[in-house]
Amino acid sequence: MALKQTYDVVVIGSGPGGLAAAIEAKKAGADDVLIIERAREMGGILLQCIHQGFGTQVFKEDLAGPTYAQRFIDAARSVGVETLLDTMVLDITPDRRITATSQQAGFTEIEARALVLGMGCRERTRAQIQLPGSRPAGVYTAGTAQRFVNMEGFMPGKRFVILGSGDIGMIMARRLTFEGASVERVLEIMPFLSGLMRNYVQCLLDFDIPLQLQPTVSRVIGNRRVEAVETVRVDDTWAPIPGSEEIIPCDTLLLSVGLIPENELSRKAGVLLDPVTGGPYVDEGFQTNVPGIFAAGNVVHVYDLVDWVTEAGITAGRRAAEFARTPVKSRPGSIHLQAGDNVRYVVPHTLHPERLAEEPVPLQMRVRRPIEQPVWVEVWDNETRIARKAERYVRPGEMTTIVLPQRAADAVRNASTLTVTVVER
Amino acid sequence: MTDHQKLICVNCPMGCTLDVTVDGETVVDVSGNTCKRGTEYAQAEISDPRRMVASTVKVQGGIHPLVPVYTETAFPKPRIFNLLAQLREVELKAPVAAGQIVLKDVLGTGVDVLASRDLPAA
Amino acid sequence: MADQTYDIIIIGAGIIGSLVARELSRYRLRILLLEKASDVGAGTTAANTAIVHGGYDPVPGSLKAVMNVAGNAMWDTLAGELNFAFDRCGDYVVAIGPEELPRLNDLLDMGKQNGVPGLSIISGEDMRRREPNINPAVSGAMVAPTGGICDPFGATIAAAENALLNGVDLMLETAFEDFVIERGRITAVKTSRGIFGCRWVVNAAGLYADRVMHRAGVRPDFHITPRRGEYVIMDKADVDIRNVMFPVPAEHSKGILVTTTTHGNTVVGPNSHEIADKEDKSVTRAGLEEIWRGAEKLAPSLQKRHVIANFAGLRATGNASCLTPGINYDHDFIIEVATEVQGLVNLGGIESPGLSSAPAIARRVIDLLADAGEPLTAKREWNPLRPARPRFRDLSSHERERLVAEDPLYGRIVCRCETVMEGEIVAETRAPIPATTYDAIKRRTWLGTGRCQGGFDMPRVIEILARELGLSPLEITKKGPGSELLFRPTKEVGI
Repeated sequence: MALKQTYDVVVIGSGPGGLAAAIEAKKAGADDVLIIERAREMGGILLQCIHQGFGTQVFKEDLAGPTYAQRFIDAARSVGVETLLDTMVLDITPDRRITATSQQAGFTEIEARALVLGMGCRERTRAQIQLPGSRPAGVYTAGTAQRFVNMEGFMPGKRFVILGSGDIGMIMARRLTFEGASVERVLEIMPFLSGLMRNYVQCLLDFDIPLQLQPTVSRVIGNRRVEAVETVRVDDTWAPIPGSEEIIPCDTLLLSVGLIPENELSRKAGVLLDPVTGGPYVDEGFQTNVPGIFAAGNVVHVYDLVDWVTEAGITAGRRAAEFARTPVKSRPGSIHLQAGDNVRYVVPHTLHPERLAEEPVPLQMRVRRPIEQPVWVEVWDNETRIARKAERYVRPGEMTTIVLPQRAADAVRNASTLTVTVVER
Repeated sequence: MTDHQKLICVNCPMGCTLDVTVDGETVVDVSGNTCKRGTEYAQAEISDPRRMVASTVKVQGGIHPLVPVYTETAFPKPRIFNLLAQLREVELKAPVAAGQIVLKDVLGTGVDVLASRDLPAA
Repeated sequence: MADQTYDIIIIGAGIIGSLVARELSRYRLRILLLEKASDVGAGTTAANTAIVHGGYDPVPGSLKAVMNVAGNAMWDTLAGELNFAFDRCGDYVVAIGPEELPRLNDLLDMGKQNGVPGLSIISGEDMRRREPNINPAVSGAMVAPTGGICDPFGATIAAAENALLNGVDLMLETAFEDFVIERGRITAVKTSRGIFGCRWVVNAAGLYADRVMHRAGVRPDFHITPRRGEYVIMDKADVDIRNVMFPVPAEHSKGILVTTTTHGNTVVGPNSHEIADKEDKSVTRAGLEEIWRGAEKLAPSLQKRHVIANFAGLRATGNASCLTPGINYDHDFIIEVATEVQGLVNLGGIESPGLSSAPAIARRVIDLLADAGEPLTAKREWNPLRPARPRFRDLSSHERERLVAEDPLYGRIVCRCETVMEGEIVAETRAPIPATTYDAIKRRTWLGTGRCQGGFDMPRVIEILARELGLSPLEITKKGPGSELLFRPTKEVGI
């Protein structure tokens, strides 16, 4: 299959966001759809997420990550999505010219009528959390360790301490225990769990792995290889409490301290990024500020369930196919959404009322702090409440969603700004 | 002689903390749940706790040295490490097909272990 | 008795030792360069501010001042011949608030005394124009047009490779243990890998130079105290610092700089604290706070969330008195032929401005040998040039296309953040001084120094190193034996 010069839709990344977008773009009528993937096979990060928890919404099944990916990989093949594997995109321009390089194809330049960004996230590193100490071998981010254990087939250590109670950290605590290592402690700097409760039970409680809230690692000890970590308790302002230091002997420190949407390429194309999410500003169709450039999945903001990533990918793919057919420079009349009480961010950032009239629009957000009581999630235009949803609780580790119904289109059309809030009932 | 146990129910993301009163292996009372699935969960956790288990097995001649596998149904929690020891002995030959049975009725539990994905030959 | 005999043995392959080796390779001499670490330039050379100083700062009349100004002038030729990154971009000492302004005049005078060319003082407004991120309370700045930035490790590996090209032998993972002294002259060096005969030894052992010289009974009162400097590195995508900026200096140090680097990133630091352990390069929480306060002084718009890395370096601070009569200074360079024993060119206390002075120090070693009667016959075939290996990120689109067409391995990316390709890594494992560890690849290619700090590239680098070196991935280390990255295969328990 020879590579064309121009494609209707090009998708960068074949994780769940990219796959869903590519499949939907083809189904929605795009003539040719190309996925460019830097790894040698499709599936993205799902390939190393061998645990279950995927597809409970989309398939009503509890699937392992690779199985979920396999379904979409097979679907992509059957609808005729083309792929360029083992290929890295080096540059994209605002008019959607893509420069990529691979061992097989060499240097490649491709034009896209519409582009979907699906690059996912990278992990926060030790320097970004200002972790002091020496720099021996044995400090890894949880995702890198996961790759070694599940795909390369190597254990990066024997005795682990895990910093961060995010899902990846907890999943790895169980995984490492399964493969014969010992996990001494999981440390979380916040006074609450960072990831899903289900993982706390099935990864930590099940195996008697202690979780400590509000200590952090104060330094790494060891010259050539990690020998221990020093922990210290912190108060509510994250200041270390002197005298509460403890040394935990270990040979590996795993960091599960957050994901950051990977938007280096987006910047090159002139896409504007929201400093709170780290991802592009998007509208309800996941189009960025650059016409014809869409974004789907973790590259926009960090999702909690892959099923919602698939949903976002479907929306982006459909809009991308539409744009490839009928490019529209800009669509006026969009309304801004802003984060109100207890909301850290809301996606999408803008909303076109005429799109809302066609189909409901899910608004996704993360709260600043947990409220373990019933709450209202509300959307306001000044003094007028446009939508409201009851939730039994809200937690920063779990995404909160409210769907704006089609009948709200008129109210939205007349609004200046919409504010999304979360308040106790 | 009754005893109290605290459990967190994981049927839904709510994660209610359950206070379970047990008499031996029998659940006498459950409180703290928001729905009746919590009571069912408590019963199951006390009498026959089970988990879905995911791991990997070695593959010869494939594009990767390991293929991920999972239990098709929930596996008895007390015997998980026996299951993992069994899995460590397995070595498949590529190609492997998603859904392929890796271990049937493992350790006589009636649970099958399946491959999570296709793994082509190198 | 000796396993092999040389004319001159150099102890230590940092920037100093490597440049000395290169200088000596011009002559018909058998030279051995010894290094205890797994790589050249792994000590102080690998962790410093990377600045080629103008030379206005050292005490006038000190050896530091003389070497700094002389060395500074030699960097363009050196970078041209050896092909490493060097930018004579000039540097600034920035006065914040009117009280600091008079200090600039003091520095200007000192600089003139030291013979630094082109110094001038500019207004606060002018400084703000040149560096938009500077503290708005800037009252003025001194400009030193001869100041610059370089890649110190790049310079070191290039110098060492050129030395090898010109016939020098290099032994890594070979630690100095003792001298063999016969009738008051050093005749051999005992190392962890054998005994090597020699007529001269050059002590370029950095932090351990005192221990080396004491084995020969030289300068028993001289001691090196490690002084640690901590740094943070900030993301070039988020931070737009264009210049090299010093604060008005404090008593014992040049202060906490905010500077651009040849990598394009911004570095803030260093602080300066004496420590006991010559191997302790850990970064401390208190140190990071101190650096941050320094950053706020010069560029208050910098934000902590743009920090992508931190590191610490150790200065080899000595206690040698300046030899110039009338100058009262206790931390000068030692660059001399030893008197207590024959056959030792002794270098000690080479802390800042050591990097800047390095080319001049190397030349001075030659002069000392010549003065001591050592016959130095120049080799006609000496080659000053060391060709650089291609850096994908620096190539134009056309050059990239051509390179990938020639060698498809240059088409496969390994480090996304710094655009480092597999072909570059393979080339480094086959270079004259082969890279055999993760950190060695990192120093040579700048891989893993960006946003993801190795998260993406590490599994790939391990795979490539294992393949190229014919090792199991379990044998690949971060920085030599004892720092293995992986422990055992996933499915083999009970080890």
